[in-house]
Amino acid sequence: MKNKIFVTFLFIFLFSFFQNESKAYSSDPKQFIAEIVEKAKKILIATNSKETKEVKLAEIALKTADIKGIGFYTLGKYRKTLNEDQLEEYAILFEKYFLKSFTSRLSDYSDPKIEVISADIINPKYTIVRSILLSTAKKPEVKIDWRVYTKNPENPLIRDLIIEGLSLARTQKAEFASVIESNNGDVTKLFETLKAFIKK
Amino acid sequence: MIRKIIYISIITLILNLGAANAGSTDNEDLKSKSSQNSAGECFEGLSRAMFKFNYALDGAIFEPVSKGYRSLPVGIRKGTGNVVNNLRSLLTLSNNILQGDFAQAGNTAGRFAVNSTVGILGIFDPASHLGLKDNGKEDFGQTIGAWGTNSGCYFVLPILGPTTARDAVGLVGNMFLDPVYQITHNTEVVNRSYSEHNFWYYRSTGAVDFRAKNIESFNSVEENSIDLYASVKSLYLQDRNKKISNSKSSTETQNDGDWEEIDTE
Repeated sequence: MKNKIFVTFLFIFLFSFFQNESKAYSSDPKQFIAEIVEKAKKILIATNSKETKEVKLAEIALKTADIKGIGFYTLGKYRKTLNEDQLEEYAILFEKYFLKSFTSRLSDYSDPKIEVISADIINPKYTIVRSILLSTAKKPEVKIDWRVYTKNPENPLIRDLIIEGLSLARTQKAEFASVIESNNGDVTKLFETLKAFIKK
Repeated sequence: MIRKIIYISIITLILNLGAANAGSTDNEDLKSKSSQNSAGECFEGLSRAMFKFNYALDGAIFEPVSKGYRSLPVGIRKGTGNVVNNLRSLLTLSNNILQGDFAQAGNTAGRFAVNSTVGILGIFDPASHLGLKDNGKEDFGQTIGAWGTNSGCYFVLPILGPTTARDAVGLVGNMFLDPVYQITHNTEVVNRSYSEHNFWYYRSTGAVDFRAKNIESFNSVEENSIDLYASVKSLYLQDRNKKISNSKSSTETQNDGDWEEIDTE
């Protein structure tokens, strides 16, 4: 009996914990980005070790970015040539590649000052949130736009970062296509390249 | 004279290659935003070799010089950047006029007048405080892009880096349109301070200032690329597309169509 009560309480606790975690971010795209920026900033200020920073930033990315969607977008026309197993392998590899690439870009910043300025709803699926990375003595001001996927309005997800008008997702897509095309359309060569990048 | 003939020959060749590439593509695609963010290769093997050469040159010269430049006090760097930008605005002015953007031409001329006088030869930027904001640079490649010319094929020039057939034509056009180039290359002007090499000092300083402002960005792209050549090509084409459309909004230059494909599958 005691065990049953314990297990029930454990379930209630876990359920409420994950409910809170999934609602950790606002459903309003502008507020959603502001909260992510604030959370990332706290990690970057409070954490000394680069490895710990990367682990914590990866946790944020997993919750707030549509990694699977970005991965399919990045693969472009070649995703239609993959079978189920290859798609699954690609999704796993892309997530690792994305997290490594994303966290290493951010972890070099120690105290980024980002101001979230405005949000433009471009259609029911997408809102562009505009922000500015303020200038420092060494670096000029940088405009960062966030493409937020709002198909599920309760759970917005980031699909792209557009830095000074240059899309990271589009750039990755061009890179992936180049790797595949320079290997005569062999997608498995892309997998090898991604594995090498992850190990780096 | 020989140099001009070489330029014209190269450009004719490139434009022919560009036209050949354009001809093999569906016309509607060329007009789409998506195609403006991509371009066929003129001669990829040679471009990749040139890219490697430029990359090595950057590592050996430009990056160390830029790092040294960045160790200078902020005021000196800012003043240097302002002087270079002020001189560069003369080329922007010519292109504002050619694009028929007279309101912007007025803004550029006003900025140049105020910054060259009150701003002491462009060291300071009082024009911005008077409401004459810097709205970015223009060049002849952008102008012929604004007139409706497609980018043509993509290639990499030694030292100068990525370009397209259209932008290579623009580079030559810039020489004719840039008053600073004309003054420093006009042999009738017998004044050492206007001599030819001063033009190249000014351009090199601009390049170092730009490189110094982007050390981290370059490193980030380098570290996170699985094909650096393709990354730089994509970034270059996106940037040119944005500049030609004079867009302040990323949504105007980004095509949502390819995102749509994922949602509809």
